[in-house]
Amino acid sequence: MNDFKAHIPIYLQLINAIKQFIVSGRWPPGTRVPPVRELATQFGVNPNTMQRALLELERDGLIFTERTAGRFVTKDNDRIANVRQELCQKVIENAIAELKNLGFTEQEANLLLKTHHSGS
Amino acid sequence: MSTIVEINSLYKSYGSFMVLNNLSLKFETNKIIGLLGPNGCGKTTLMKILCGLITDYYGDVRIDGQAPGPYTKSIVSYLPEKTYLSDWMRVSDAFDIFSDFYSDFDRAKACELLQRFHLNEHMKLKAMSKGMQEKVHLILAMSRSAKLYVLDEPLSGVDPASRSVILETIISNYNKDSTVLISTHLIYDVEQYFDDIVMMGFGQLIMAGNVDQIRQDTGKSIDEIFREVFRC
Repeated sequence: MNDFKAHIPIYLQLINAIKQFIVSGRWPPGTRVPPVRELATQFGVNPNTMQRALLELERDGLIFTERTAGRFVTKDNDRIANVRQELCQKVIENAIAELKNLGFTEQEANLLLKTHHSGS
Repeated sequence: MSTIVEINSLYKSYGSFMVLNNLSLKFETNKIIGLLGPNGCGKTTLMKILCGLITDYYGDVRIDGQAPGPYTKSIVSYLPEKTYLSDWMRVSDAFDIFSDFYSDFDRAKACELLQRFHLNEHMKLKAMSKGMQEKVHLILAMSRSAKLYVLDEPLSGVDPASRSVILETIISNYNKDSTVLISTHLIYDVEQYFDDIVMMGFGQLIMAGNVDQIRQDTGKSIDEIFREVFRC
C-alpha cells in the first residue's frame, strides 16, 4: 500500500508520478485530469496532498484549469518534451550514480551506458 | 481555515495515574489528522473526552466553540475501539438505532457501504468475525454527516486488503467541512493519508504538524520519527 519513499515529501513523489503519466502519453495532451478525490483514492493519499501536487503541476504549466470544466493536460507539446528531457536526464544521472556505487569510474559508467544503448 | 477543536491545559488522571498532563492542541477543519502515540499515552482518553464520554477532566475543551455536551454530540461521529452493539442484533437493527438517534445518519449511504464490504443487512453481529464487526462500526460512523469524525483504531482488526478499502472509504466519505481524527499504530501503512499528525507521549504533546512539512524538515518518515522518539 505504501510505495512512497520515506525521506521525500509525498506531494513531490506524486508530482513525479503524474509527470510520468504525461510524458509517457498515458495522459495524452489535452485530456481531462480525473477529479482530485478519484486520484487521491487511486494513489492512496490524502486529497489535500493530491490537490497540492496538482497545483504545483499547474504552476509548472503541465496542467491547466478551465473554469467550469475541470483540469486538463497541457496541449503544449514542447513543454511536455522539455519535461521528458528533464526526467530522462535524472534517470541517466541515477544510473551513473549506481554504477559508481559498483566501483566504476564516471567515464566507465558513461561508456557502459553508451555501449548498452547501441547494443540493444 | 477555521478551528474545529481547541484544547487548553487539559488534565485527566485515573486515580494517581496522570494520563493527560497539561495537553494543549488545535485541530483545523477539512483535515485528516493522525493521532499517534505508544500504548497508554492517552489517545483513547482524549477521544472519549472529545465525544463527551469522559467528563471528569480539568481544562478547557471546545468543539466548534462549545464544551462537550448535547450539541457537540450531534456533530461528532465516534468509532470506539470496543463494540457497543449487542451481539444478538442484526446489521439492520444497528441501522435502525442510528436512524433514531442521529438526524444526520444517511441510511442509503450505509447500505451502499455495506455492499462495498460484501456484507448485508440481515447478518447477525454474533455471526461476524471481529474484522467484519469493525467494518459495520466504521460504516455506522462514516454514514453520519458529522463535522468531526473521531475514529479510534479503525484499522486494527482488519486484513490488509480491507485496510485500503477502509481508508478509501474514509477519504471519499468525509465531507468538505469536516475533520477526521484517526488513532492508529499502523503508521507506516497510513501516514500518506494524513494531512497533519499529532504525536502524544507521556501525557503530553510531542510533535504536531503537517506530514509533508515534517518529511521535508527532517528527511524522515513519520514512522521513523515515531520509532526514534519512543525507542524502548
